[in-house]
Parts: sequence; C-alpha cells; structure tokens
Amino acid sequence: MTTTTLPDEKGHFGMYGGRYVPETLMQAIIELEKEYEKAKVDPSFQNELNDLLRDYVGRETPLYYAKNLTKYAGGGKIYLKREDLNHTGAHKINNSLGQALLTKRMGKSKVVAETGAGQHGVATATACALLNLECVIFMGEEDILRQQLNVFRMEILGAKVISVKSGSATLKDAVNEALRYWVSNVEDTHYILGSAMGPHPFPKIVRDFQSVIGQETKLQFMKKEAKLPEAVVACIGGGSNAIGMFYPFLEDREVRLYGVESAGLGLHSEKHAASLAKGKPGILHGAYMYLLQNQDGQIQEAHSISAGLDYPGIGPEHCYLHDIERVKYDAITDDEALEALQVLSKTEGIIPALESAHAISYALKLAKEMEPTEHIVVCLSGRGDKDMEAVRSKIGGVKA
Amino acid sequence: MNRIEKVFKTMKVEGRKAFVPYVMAGDGGLASLKEKLVFLQEAGATAIEIGIPFSDPVADGPVIQEAGIRALNTGVTLQEIVDCIREIRPIIHIPLIFMTYMNPLLAYGLERFSRDIQTSGIDGLIIPDLPIEEEEIITAYLDEVKIELIRLVTLQSPIERMEEITKRGKGFVYAVTVNGITGTRAQFATHLSSHLKKIKSVSPLPVLAGFGISTPEHVEEILKYCDGVIVGTKIIELMEAGNYEHIRALIDATKLPIA
Ligand SMILES: Cc1ncc(COP(=O)(O)O)c(C=O)c1O
Repeated sequence: MTTTTLPDEKGHFGMYGGRYVPETLMQAIIELEKEYEKAKVDPSFQNELNDLLRDYVGRETPLYYAKNLTKYAGGGKIYLKREDLNHTGAHKINNSLGQALLTKRMGKSKVVAETGAGQHGVATATACALLNLECVIFMGEEDILRQQLNVFRMEILGAKVISVKSGSATLKDAVNEALRYWVSNVEDTHYILGSAMGPHPFPKIVRDFQSVIGQETKLQFMKKEAKLPEAVVACIGGGSNAIGMFYPFLEDREVRLYGVESAGLGLHSEKHAASLAKGKPGILHGAYMYLLQNQDGQIQEAHSISAGLDYPGIGPEHCYLHDIERVKYDAITDDEALEALQVLSKTEGIIPALESAHAISYALKLAKEMEPTEHIVVCLSGRGDKDMEAVRSKIGGVKA
Repeated sequence: MNRIEKVFKTMKVEGRKAFVPYVMAGDGGLASLKEKLVFLQEAGATAIEIGIPFSDPVADGPVIQEAGIRALNTGVTLQEIVDCIREIRPIIHIPLIFMTYMNPLLAYGLERFSRDIQTSGIDGLIIPDLPIEEEEIITAYLDEVKIELIRLVTLQSPIERMEEITKRGKGFVYAVTVNGITGTRAQFATHLSSHLKKIKSVSPLPVLAGFGISTPEHVEEILKYCDGVIVGTKIIELMEAGNYEHIRALIDATKLPIA
C-alpha cells in the first residue's frame, strides 16, 4: 500500500487527523485548503518561496559527515542534516515562511502562532517582519521562563508575545489560546501552526513545507554515498521536522525510519512526553491522534527538559505511520538528551538544541548496533543557543 | 417524540420564546446539580444545557474554563455525571442537553455513551469540536437511541453551509452570535440581526441564539430575530454570586411581549 497519497480529501490518515474544530473556524480552514492547493501548483508562489529559502534562509543546508561522533559511537557512519544552520536556527522557518506567503495570498494582514521552545515563534516573527504582517505569539508561562532569549528575540522582531497561564502553561495551553484567539479574529488573521498537527489541512501543509529537508537529504546522500542511508532519525514534538525528513523516504522501504519522543524522567514515571508509547488515540486541537490522557479523557500534562517536545500529542500522520509500522518510534530521557548535547558539542563543535539532542542520543545507540559500512542520517533540527541557560542550570558552569 | 421536539412544538403553538441556561456539572460539587436544575426548571427554563468538564475547552472563555477546572478538581467523572442525571430525572420534566468536547466521549466509548445518556434521560447533545464533516463518527449511535445532535451555525457559515447544517440538524439550531469563544459581551456585531434572519429563513428547525448574551436587554433584542436564547457564562457568574433574582430576570425577559 502506498503511504504518500495521504491524507484523503477530508484530511484523514487512516483513522487519524480530520477537522475537529469549532464551526467558526470551518470556513477559514476550507479556504486555507483551497488557497494552498492553488499555491502548490502556482509557479510564481513556488519561485517566491524557493528564492527566499535560498537567499534568506540559506538553503540548501549541508549534509555533514560527523566523523568524530561516528568514532565516538563506534559502528555505523553518522551524517547530520544541518537544519541548525538555517536563518533563525531551526527547521521551523521552512514552514513559517511558506505559511506567511499563504497569509499574504489570502489577503490577511495578521498572524497568530503558538510556540513551545520559542523557535517557531522566532521563525514566525521573522517571516512576519520580512513580509510586513502583524504578529501575535502565544507562549506558556513555563516556557517563557525556560526560553527567555527567544522571547526577547520575538519582541525585537516586532511580535507581541502573550503569556499563557492556564493548564500546564506549556505548548498545549499555548495552542489552546492561539485557537481561541483565531476563532475571535478569523476574518483578518491566519494561524501559522508550527508543527505537523492540528486540523486538516495543517498537518499536510506543514509536512509539505518541511519536506524540503528530506528531499535535499536524499539527493545529497546519493551524491556522497551513491545509495540511500540504512537509517534516518529525527526527534518529535508535534512531528514537523521528523515528517519533513521522513516523507520523501516513505516509499523507500529499505530505509529504516526512527522517530524519537521525549521520555522525560522515564517512561515508568508520570513525567514524560511519549504520546505514542504511553498515550491512546483521542481528539485534541482539531485532530484525532495519540494523546497522553487519563481514563476519563482528560488531557495530561507532558514533561520534557526540552520545551519543543513538551506536548501531550503527536501529529496524525505519525500516528498512522506508527500503526502501519513504517516508522519505529522510541523515546529518550532528559538525562540521555543532556548527555548527547554535551557529546556532540565536544566531539564535533556543534551545540544542538535539546530537542535535536534526543535524536542524537538515539542515533548513538543505533550506530553501535550497525556496521561501519552502514549509514545513519540524523535531522539536526536546531541549534542549542536558546537552551544554554537551561543546560547550565542542570550541569553547572564556571562561576566568576 | 423526543422531549426537545415536543417542547418546541408547544412553544410554537403558544407563541412563546425559549430560554436555555447552561450549568457546569460538578462545579460546586455534583450534589449541587440537582438544586440548580430544580431552580432553573421552576424559574421557567425551557430546557437546560449541562456542561461536562474537559481539560482543554477551546471554544470556551475564562469563566466556563474555570468552572470546568473547579469541577475537575472535585474529581468528578463522566460516569458519575450520567448516574447523577439518572437519579434527578424523575423530578425534572424539561429537556436536558449535554454539552461537551469529543475526547471525554471517546474515552467513555461513543456507543456506550449514547446508550447510557438515553437511559439516564438526556435528550440532546452539543459538541462544539464536531463540525458536520466529522459527525459520522457518532451520529449512527445517537440516531439509534434518538438523542438529538444539536448543530451550530456561526457568523462565518456561508448560506449554502447554513442550509446544509440546518437541514441535518435535530431539535433546534444553535446560532453562535459572535466570532469568538463563550463569555459575556457588552455588544454584538451590527449585522447580527440580519445574520439571524438569514438563518431563520433557511432553517426548518427553531433557531436559538447563544454566546455572549448577558442582560435582559440582550435577550429582548435578540429574541426579535429568533426563537430563543442560550445563556452560559452569565448564568455561571450569577450562580457563583448566588444572585438568583438576576437569573429570574433574564428568564422573565423571554416572557415579555415582543415589540
Ligand atoms: C529545534 C527544534 N527541534 C524540534 C522541535 C519539535 O517540533 P517538531 O516535532 O514539530 O519538529 C522544536 C520545537 O520547538 C525545535 O525548536
């Protein structure tokens, strides 16, 4: 069965996905879908986006053979897809720019977005500055504390950052508030959702804008090794860098795909963000997906050391790929991610985002079990500058 | 005949307008639900909307969010709410309508939920995160036990969509009066009256307006263009404050002759 023709026309990936939103938003998401389908086949839209990706974002990003990390792991060869080198420091800009162009195309002048780690907020604030759109970003109070630097970046870029105090005051609650804001301002505002989740057509739009990661990787790897990699690894919050990396490989059955969620303090604890390992299917934020929830269907708080993975759900396409076993999903703890962040920094001189460090940690385990003739590509989704304060508070540092 | 259908038939014959208040089950403890329903029935409510608390109510403003959190903090479960309705039902004669989001229903099991609410005496269901595109997930189970799924129409719904929604609808149509979430409003959009008239003109069902209605003056004004009003946030605020007289005043505003 082919997996690349989904979602169906109603936005379903098998039983997952769909459009479980208030009626007030239906017209907006139907319009968005129509406009997106037109833009997709409009050469002038695609050219404008591609020019920006090249000259403004700095694509294509390098595919880097991490010789020292490979030696450290001992086993399969590790390549890094350097999304951390994008303008603004993460993959999020690929999607933000695409959707900001769509906003213009729909004749809307304002944008609302949620953010967890602040990377999507920064990317969206950046795209809005560039394209002269008004920008409001909702961010959980807890995340504002852990990601001070990004909050200030958004403000410098001209965005209004609104602190969300409800619930766990993290990404889930920021999405709730962004949706509420969108319902109230739908006439002139587009919601730039930051991950491959939410109601149809967002999971598809975000996937398509992020697929540039996997497309480039495939060509670059072919050029270097004259074959496809044996394994591809990406971390998962809502799942946008992962689906962007995986999608172009879905039909290449010989390529093993690995999605890495956050195991937080451990899967046996209550404090993790492993929606696939520990959740069950349900409906939140407009989509049917695996969710961390109690037996009464109340959503549970997620926990992760990395704000970008701290979400109790996972995008619907990943749920489907999990059920059909095309992608293997696993989880990495806070401590393992912290360790991997330090290893990559010391061996390669690359400080990864804590989110990406989950993928690095998993790749290190995987590499050990692979032959030196085999290859792993890791999506290095972002750089670690934003996390330095959080990391220092965990592992300490030199005092003046 | 379902109680909702019956009530609206009578109202039409008698030329009366409907008032449907909203209460959050479990807010103030589940034991208080009975007193609230008895009071609202006695004060003249046409039917009562009973909210089932959910952790992430995206269609609700701060007042209903907080009522939901208070309810959840008491540890109340959907099963307990259903059982409570079964117990109270013999003394409540007006239609009772559950309002909740999809996820608690999925966790309960959609088929079991439909059967259990029917036997406990619930007549209708409002699910704000279930547009017509997705409703197949539950309609077969509801039809089986004759629970009426109340559909919402909003300021954003174009005329063809209004027609489609009202055609499918059961009981009554819920006309959302604002672009936004629940919560009191001082004013409504100037085109609200023409919007309500448009819905009235296409709808084979009675049209009830809700979201933001908070004063007897709002009630009077809006009733010029539709068959009834639904009041949520304001009722919760007034109940919190123990201001039952003000609730009576809101309900009594539906009884004034329409100018
Ligand atoms: C660097 C980085 N990687 C990964 C993620 C997780 O998001 P997603 O799963 O959508 O890629 C984030 C989210 O903020 C991020 O900033």
